[in-house]
Amino acid sequence: MTLSSQTKNLLKVHQQVNVNIEPNAGWRDLPIGGVIPQAGTATQFATGDWRTIRPVWSKEKCINCHRCWLYCPDMSWISENGQIQGVDLTYCKGCGICANVCPAKVHAIEMHPEDNFKDDEVVKEG
Amino acid sequence: MALPDLAKKPQRFTGGHRACAGCGFPVTIKIILQAAENPVVVGCATGCMEVTSTIYPYTAWRCSFIHTAFENAAATMSGVEAAYRSLKRQGKIDKDIDFIAFGGDGGTYDIGLQALSGAMERGHKLVYVCYNNQGYMNTGIQRSSATPRGANTTTTPAGTHLPGKPQYPKDLTAIMAAHGIPYAAQASMSHWNDLYRKAQKAFAVDGPAFLNVLSTCRLGWATAPEDTVDVAEGAVQCNVWPLFEVENGKWKLTFKPKKPLPVADWMKQQGRFKHLFQSDNTELLESIQRQVDEDWQRLLELCGE
Repeated sequence: MTLSSQTKNLLKVHQQVNVNIEPNAGWRDLPIGGVIPQAGTATQFATGDWRTIRPVWSKEKCINCHRCWLYCPDMSWISENGQIQGVDLTYCKGCGICANVCPAKVHAIEMHPEDNFKDDEVVKEG
Repeated sequence: MALPDLAKKPQRFTGGHRACAGCGFPVTIKIILQAAENPVVVGCATGCMEVTSTIYPYTAWRCSFIHTAFENAAATMSGVEAAYRSLKRQGKIDKDIDFIAFGGDGGTYDIGLQALSGAMERGHKLVYVCYNNQGYMNTGIQRSSATPRGANTTTTPAGTHLPGKPQYPKDLTAIMAAHGIPYAAQASMSHWNDLYRKAQKAFAVDGPAFLNVLSTCRLGWATAPEDTVDVAEGAVQCNVWPLFEVENGKWKLTFKPKKPLPVADWMKQQGRFKHLFQSDNTELLESIQRQVDEDWQRLLELCGE
């Protein structure tokens, strides 16, 4: 069986969910009022597997305007010390907003079908 | 503030939420939360934002978050803010905290209006944000009092009997301004700088503030996911969604299109208006344009332009 490294990564992210809930937990085990005690647990839910097209970023063309970072609804563009580092495919749903808001003259982001990446990342199990 | 600097501030809304690809409201939340300097407590009315960001046991919020029913986000946050003021007076809390109530247009224009009106009238120091996607999108695209005239929704289906929603949307920002609150403003997710500045002002005022922010719903508006920002921009450029603020009773236009586009240009971008471009609906299209022009003129007068 072969799995792309990305699929493996997504599986790993899904398995990490340990938000105080065991698979066989009953209602008595849940916090009163359905409180979620930790903040930001959605980061453990990978929405990247919704994606059918993938943003591909050119570091050379990028002018670091951060419009992709701003208008990404899934907080997928990574910025460190004011520099765009690339896109986090764990959450990217492939909406294509980033490629659209990237200034036309810059054109640093292109959307490509996910199928194009299948061969790149196939790894052998075991 | 420049965007690379804005990105240096830690984000309080994470990825991994279950909103549609190309949804507008996460961008609205991002810009508003980046403008808050203090820790925030968020209360959220039932709606897309609440449902997709807090599917148990996941939450996309890195701040305190309270889920309330559809109608009472403003009432819940009034109580939280009153408790905070009491604890502060007693010396049990010393830090400054900002309070935000989020609601969609259904939870704000319709169902939550009395709670919102009450909170504004009592003068609680909180920011109420309506992320306005012009319909009940979470429950399957029903019409709300924010839905534009002519829009096809599941409760105003365009067909032989009805050319979409028969009524014009109500002007909630003006209704909120009429409460005499220190700050009420209308903004769009497409004009981030304007929205960011308005959010800063809303957090700074000593009293209630109201922000009405246009946030594209690509599903309900029937637009391509990548066009989310363009469509919100289009609404501003054709004066359907003017950007203005009312500060202590003074109306001010914050953006004026150089040459306003015809409303039809904006409508052509969206599937929910496609029936209006059939020959028997030209009259309706013209009357919508006349209404938009009249509203714009009235706004210009209010703003002393």
